[in-house]
Amino acid sequence: MRRAAHNLLPPMLLAAALLGAWELYADLGGAEPLVLPAPHAVAAALWNNPHLIWSNFATTAKEVAMGLTLALLSGFAVAVAIHLFPLARRAVYPLAVGSQAIPIPVIGVLLVFWWGFGVFPKLVVITLICFFPVVVTTVDGLGAVDPDQLKLLRTLDASRWQAFRFAELPAALPAALSGARIALAVGVIGAFIAETTTATTGPYPGLGREITTDIGFQTARAYAGTTVLFGFAIACFYGLALAERRCSPSTSQPRGDTP
Amino acid sequence: MRLTDIGRAYPGVQALLDVSLHADHGEVLAVVGPSGCGKTTLLELICGLQRPDTGEVRSEPAVLMPQRDLLLPWLSALDNAALALRIARLPRPQARARAAALFAELGLAGFEQARPHELSGGMRQRVAFMRTLLSDKPVLCLDEPFGALDAITRAEMQSWLARALQREPRTVVLVTHDVEEAVLLADRVAVMCARPGRVITEIEVELPRPRARTDAAVVALRERALVALGCGDHAA
Repeated sequence: MRRAAHNLLPPMLLAAALLGAWELYADLGGAEPLVLPAPHAVAAALWNNPHLIWSNFATTAKEVAMGLTLALLSGFAVAVAIHLFPLARRAVYPLAVGSQAIPIPVIGVLLVFWWGFGVFPKLVVITLICFFPVVVTTVDGLGAVDPDQLKLLRTLDASRWQAFRFAELPAALPAALSGARIALAVGVIGAFIAETTTATTGPYPGLGREITTDIGFQTARAYAGTTVLFGFAIACFYGLALAERRCSPSTSQPRGDTP
Repeated sequence: MRLTDIGRAYPGVQALLDVSLHADHGEVLAVVGPSGCGKTTLLELICGLQRPDTGEVRSEPAVLMPQRDLLLPWLSALDNAALALRIARLPRPQARARAAALFAELGLAGFEQARPHELSGGMRQRVAFMRTLLSDKPVLCLDEPFGALDAITRAEMQSWLARALQREPRTVVLVTHDVEEAVLLADRVAVMCARPGRVITEIEVELPRPRARTDAAVVALRERALVALGCGDHAA
């Protein structure tokens, strides 16, 4: 209880202070309501459009979940290949870096022509945005193993695969998880970009679409949608941190509760 | 284990020059010398981790116990000790059972599930030694195994190692900078000097075991080795 207060109080106080300043600025007429609606108006928009916002959120959350899964798996696989095969490092790494310069809004349109209005083009966009941090951190983590450790394993007759399994893979996990956290944080904006650059059919095209439709005309609702994405990114990030703590008791936990 | 006229150079440094050494089956060969005399290179050559530039290395399969314990932090002490067995594809329960049998013998009973960071330096070194022993290789290359330990723990470990080798003889190449340790444990002591690393002399230690560090013969041999080591100063 005390720890929860210790962790939750500072961000809540900061958020309250920022919201208070924003409310004051908006109420005193600092900006047009269609440009910057006051927080109470945003809260009202959230409260009055539950179905619209949460149904669109469900679409977005699904895209994020699927896209991130794809990004984590592909990023990890690419990193392992780069680490194990020098040829793959030379061949794949530069292309992976280059992939980050692809102008996604342009390709988004092409992907729709190619694969239609379904979820697949969106997953491609999210994966393209999210897989890179996973690749870089995992490759670094795999390479950071003490060379003496690998020598020792060689004198114990460990095969390449065993050296990977016993030393490199576990040593790289914390770095890989850092990459996953970055991917998670950019995954939500990735979904937004995916939705706004690829056309969709269906009643609930996702929060990203909803926000762009609302901006400038139902601005408070657009802010309400943004607030939901904001909370979602935070929840994803700390959800992973929690899972991480559960999975790796080796460094942080006291003796006695090893699996 | 036999090295013949070994030479090994790194860019700018002649690490080893014309080094010839041998250790018969079950013999304990100690190698003493100042730092930088190529002792670690020597062990890596024996273990096949490096190739010599000149000369020939012939050895039965050798395992290295490095200066640092290099235990895997995410494994328990028991699993670290059993690492070689797991690499040899022994199923986990059998590997653990064989390693567990050694824990009591090394005074580590009750610490099987501890992670390396929870153990003292001496305990970690003992776990590393178990890992080396359980590799079942005929030649053990020990690189200053007790160098990082306090004097009391080191003395305990030395007498433990002497007993363990009497019961289960292995060919041992023990690299150390501690002349007393060399005389206490070895059948023969090779004295090296640095830049370039070469063997100056070999001293036979034909004393009965167990040896006491206060024994007059041990002290005399220690003096001989120390005098031989003095060569570094004159050469420079």
